[in-house]
Amino acid sequence: MAIRTRMSGNEALAEAIRQINPDVMPAFPITPSTEIPQFVSTMIANGQIDTEFIPVESEHSSMSAAIGASAAGARTLTATSSAGLAYMWEVVYVAASSRLPIVMDVVNRGLTGPLNINAEHSDSMGARDSGWIQIYAENNQEAYDNMLQAYRIAEHPDVHLPVMICQDGFITSHAVESISLLEDEPVKKFVGTYEPEHFLLKENEPMAVGPYAVSNYCMEAKKAQAEAMIRSKQVILDVAKEFAEMSGRTYGFYEGYQLEDADYVVVAIGSVCGTAKDAIDQLRAKGMKAGLMKVRVFRPFPGEEFAEALRNCKAVAIMDRAESYSGQGGPLGAELMAAMYRAKVQAEAVNIMYGLSGRDVRVEDIEKVFADLQDMAENGKTFAQYPYLGLRE
Amino acid sequence: MATLTEIRWHGRGGQGAKTAALLLADVAFNTGKYVQGFPEYGPERMGAPITAYDRISDQEIRVHSNIYEPDYVAVVDDTLLHGVDVTKGLKESGGILINTDKPKEEIIPLLKGYKGKVYIIDAHKVSMETMGKYFPNTPMLAAMVKISGVMDTEVFLKEMEASLAHKFAKKPEVLAGNMAALKLALEEVH
Repeated sequence: MAIRTRMSGNEALAEAIRQINPDVMPAFPITPSTEIPQFVSTMIANGQIDTEFIPVESEHSSMSAAIGASAAGARTLTATSSAGLAYMWEVVYVAASSRLPIVMDVVNRGLTGPLNINAEHSDSMGARDSGWIQIYAENNQEAYDNMLQAYRIAEHPDVHLPVMICQDGFITSHAVESISLLEDEPVKKFVGTYEPEHFLLKENEPMAVGPYAVSNYCMEAKKAQAEAMIRSKQVILDVAKEFAEMSGRTYGFYEGYQLEDADYVVVAIGSVCGTAKDAIDQLRAKGMKAGLMKVRVFRPFPGEEFAEALRNCKAVAIMDRAESYSGQGGPLGAELMAAMYRAKVQAEAVNIMYGLSGRDVRVEDIEKVFADLQDMAENGKTFAQYPYLGLRE
Repeated sequence: MATLTEIRWHGRGGQGAKTAALLLADVAFNTGKYVQGFPEYGPERMGAPITAYDRISDQEIRVHSNIYEPDYVAVVDDTLLHGVDVTKGLKESGGILINTDKPKEEIIPLLKGYKGKVYIIDAHKVSMETMGKYFPNTPMLAAMVKISGVMDTEVFLKEMEASLAHKFAKKPEVLAGNMAALKLALEEVH
């Protein structure tokens, strides 16, 4: 029986964590993810879970402690945002290359300059090449559902990689919305218990985690890590299929909304996709074949699948909520256009920067993007290198 | 989309405008609606103007933007009328609710010619008389339910009683005060 209720995105994650009951959670508070360790601490104090919470003095320490705990064989969790993730930087790579199935709840917030606390993807996008799987959510429901699937993906023997479960700071983390939760028993059965094959505290199997590797071995280790990332694609789909059987909610690498016959497509990540759906309904009512490709999985990057979904559209707007300062656009734009090129997908494409530092995006803004796409395809309108949506001039 | 009601709350940090918005979302949810209640965050300091929002609908709510053309606006502190454009985008088919101890004639000139309905309530008076302390949220919540008609006021009182009884299980006197505040606010708003 589904439990119909209402809660914020952070509360939804806490509810998933309560049901999962991970072994260890080291964390250091940072807005807007602070509520997650706060809720977890409360649940521990109330005896609802028996997670070992480790208060640390910094995010570098929280990830280091997570690495230690995970290497020791514990199901491990942490949460952070923005500068907290940046401060972890060095050890974020160590977690992935040590093949530790840690889950990190990233409540997306921009990196500083100017200092700001609001939604942006520059924190997790900055860590996109660190070797972590990245799964993004549109709303509290998806944050909850993704969290329930995270350990199944991370701990799978074909994968053994850490996973970031991402949602937009404040826009979903602090918004109370309707949600459908699952009961404890089926969730616990779905998530299962963690029984690692190799771990530091295993008797009669001495091992080292994260030692120095000479050049003769290092490259092979990196290739093995990259292979695991590629293998995770099938695992992500398998876990989603099993989750759908339990919940009735289907997930994949992306969600297509009115995508199949769409002439004009917006590709985006996160909470803006809900706004885009409302815009698409209005445009469809007026006769425009508008559609959405909502990216759920950014790492691994399912470029072939994404490109294939765009094969028949006339024009596509790829929306980035993170600057790369490359002069070429953002990370989603760069990677998706490269994938389209390889797949010989010929649609006109423009990369749009939007929502930086929490800049609000309205239904009307997305409608304008679609109007521009139509203009581009039908009248050959050209754009500046990569426009900023809703920029004050 | 016709079933969607959008509400914007203006308050000052520490007065509980965000809490009021979330409480309204909560009680509307309990009557079977889809809800969204969220604050707009800026630099957080006690006393700084803050905004919070509610969407209440019979259909799933997907949009994740702020509300620019609300059906209703609530102003928790009448000193905001001098600095914040509280009627900006407010639909004339809707209305504005202001917590004030001043008469309407003094308030209306501050609303930049807004032509919709104007409601006032002295939440301070209601709060002090029923709870003995100043919690503007409780009366403002009841007044907003009444003026917006997002739910039947009887159903509202019943839902609030159930949720407050749960929340204040160990402090029944608080429950009584809160319920009295809600009921008095329903009468006082005009």
